[in-house]
Amino acid sequence: MLNNMLDFIPEIPVADWTETFTDILTDTFSFLFEPIKEHFGNFMDFVSESLTAVPPVIIILLVAILAFFISGKKIGLAAFSIVGLWFIYNQGLWEHLMSTFTLVLISSLLSIIIGVPIGILMSKSKTAESIITPILDFMQTMPAFVYLIPAVAFFGIGMVPGIFASLIFATPPTVRFTNLGIRQVSSELVEASEAFGSTGSQKLFKVELPMAKATIMAGINQTVMLALSMVVIASMIGAPGLGREVLSALQRSNVGNGFVAGVGIVILAIIIDRVTQNLNKKK
Amino acid sequence: MPVIEAKQLSKVFGKNPKQALKLLDKGASKEQILKETGNTVGVNRASFSVEAGEIFVIMGLSGSGKSTLVRLVNRLIEPTEGSLYIDGENLAGMDKKSLRRVRREKLSMVFQKFALFPFRTILENAEYGLEIQDVPKEERQKKATEALEMVGLGGYMHQKPNQLSGGMQQRVGLARALANDPEVLLMDEAFSALDPLIRKEMQDELLDLQTTMKKTILFITHDLDEALRLGDRIALMKDGSIVQIGTPEEILVNPANDYVEKFVEDVDRSKVLTAHNIMKRPETVNIDKHGPRVALERMREEGLSSMFVTDSKRNLKGYITADDASEARKKEVGNLQEILKNNIPKVDRDTSLKEIFDIIHDSPIPVAVVEEGKLVGIIVRGAVIAALAGEGEVNIEDVK
Repeated sequence: MLNNMLDFIPEIPVADWTETFTDILTDTFSFLFEPIKEHFGNFMDFVSESLTAVPPVIIILLVAILAFFISGKKIGLAAFSIVGLWFIYNQGLWEHLMSTFTLVLISSLLSIIIGVPIGILMSKSKTAESIITPILDFMQTMPAFVYLIPAVAFFGIGMVPGIFASLIFATPPTVRFTNLGIRQVSSELVEASEAFGSTGSQKLFKVELPMAKATIMAGINQTVMLALSMVVIASMIGAPGLGREVLSALQRSNVGNGFVAGVGIVILAIIIDRVTQNLNKKK
Repeated sequence: MPVIEAKQLSKVFGKNPKQALKLLDKGASKEQILKETGNTVGVNRASFSVEAGEIFVIMGLSGSGKSTLVRLVNRLIEPTEGSLYIDGENLAGMDKKSLRRVRREKLSMVFQKFALFPFRTILENAEYGLEIQDVPKEERQKKATEALEMVGLGGYMHQKPNQLSGGMQQRVGLARALANDPEVLLMDEAFSALDPLIRKEMQDELLDLQTTMKKTILFITHDLDEALRLGDRIALMKDGSIVQIGTPEEILVNPANDYVEKFVEDVDRSKVLTAHNIMKRPETVNIDKHGPRVALERMREEGLSSMFVTDSKRNLKGYITADDASEARKKEVGNLQEILKNNIPKVDRDTSLKEIFDIIHDSPIPVAVVEEGKLVGIIVRGAVIAALAGEGEVNIEDVK
């Protein structure tokens, strides 16, 4: 009797609906997805191949120089970059590193390009904020693997669906921090800018964004790190790179290879993290 | 034609401002309205006009609505009701584009906490108002430099605001406002965040600048001294309403109601300061130890024509004059007892300046400040006059 109370409605076919919805999306927008998959895929391959074509020595040196200047002419990060990157090269993972880096770079850039304007919109409109906030919560809490499924449906396997999944997973911090950063600008500064007769966009570009820069950069740093973690997960749908090495080591239960590829990811993560953080600190 | 003219200008914060206005019409107080409707009355039917070249001070305590009122003048806050004319143009109900034009051409604002852009240099800060009007770079730099030189900051143009002291930062704020060459300067508690000495300096400088630039200035302050120093006319605000408008003299002499009177009372130094604030350490001779010779010598040293006499325990015994001491020395009198005079005006530490003034007026010698028979200080006439005039050394830390 009591159990029956919960059964007053038969199981709602949410899963089926989602399935159907995704199918419809795939069919309806295949004219859109197909060229994206093709052209974007080609573009990514091009970036990745170009990076691989550059002699590793040059890349290592460039990264070290960048690290040196960006960390305020301190030797630590530069030295770490040289040793770390050399180690990855030494382990024969250079090509995979370049693939992973391409994925992180492109997906972070896209996240920023999409995320910052949405964050600005949120900061300007209470309605937008109250609509977008729960969507962001949803995007961040849904297990990352789930995004892989529609990604495959839309874009097949490879780099492009990886980027798609990473976009959904990694964009929220940039949006949130942009919103936060702009809302935190002191009201007196905003008043000052208005009192002198600034237009909305003058206020945004000359006062609010420069003031919010540090906060936005903190968000971007998080986005980049999330993108990196997603890129590894995306190896499950055929995204190339260090993640794929980890995955195949897992499948063959090869501890040694798994560890080495994992360390490669850690090294990349540390370099990217420190560089983006220092970008923030730099005056 | 007045440059600024406010007519029945009102601002109610909250969800149902119209209802609150109706209650105001019925004579409800700010508190009643807050209780009944949840709305806060910021400004209640303020009307005033400011003529060209005038410094018009709006003063009131915090929460009196003065900051809201100044923001209604450049419409940083939308008025709920009423009209506000700048050079005959009504800002209330003006479209955004025209509003921007008026703000750019006619109104500049100086803020309490300076509101400088921390990521811009001093010069770039001063340029801001011109930059957003797309004035060519060379021209705006020239004008901004002139404005900075006017406030005495010519040498700091390439520093960032946080490298400057508070007083200097506010000069930048002033220069930024002046670079636009506006008709009207709105100064919202512009000097309130500065320490007293710097504040006075800035007030003087504003007055100096005003003699040459002749701007129309709306100055907001909570400090009556500042209002009296700067204002050609003063409007006093309470609970969102203007209680009185008048010249400083009118307000001091004819306070419109108890509220104004109370305010003005505070500024009357003769009632605030006491003997303790203006007395100084006494020069004395000791009747137990010293004779006429020593007394005469001490008086010559100090350049005094009379001196108080105490015993070893600093109990006040009387005073002697130089003439008497000189006589006594000639007559070879050994102690001071014979020439001691007793008619000393005495007050205690808490006697007000006003009473001291009446006493010292008729007295040829300084007033003695006595505590339980002991001499603790003396007050000379000069100190009383200086304190009344608001100058001179006053032991301020002890006031209150």
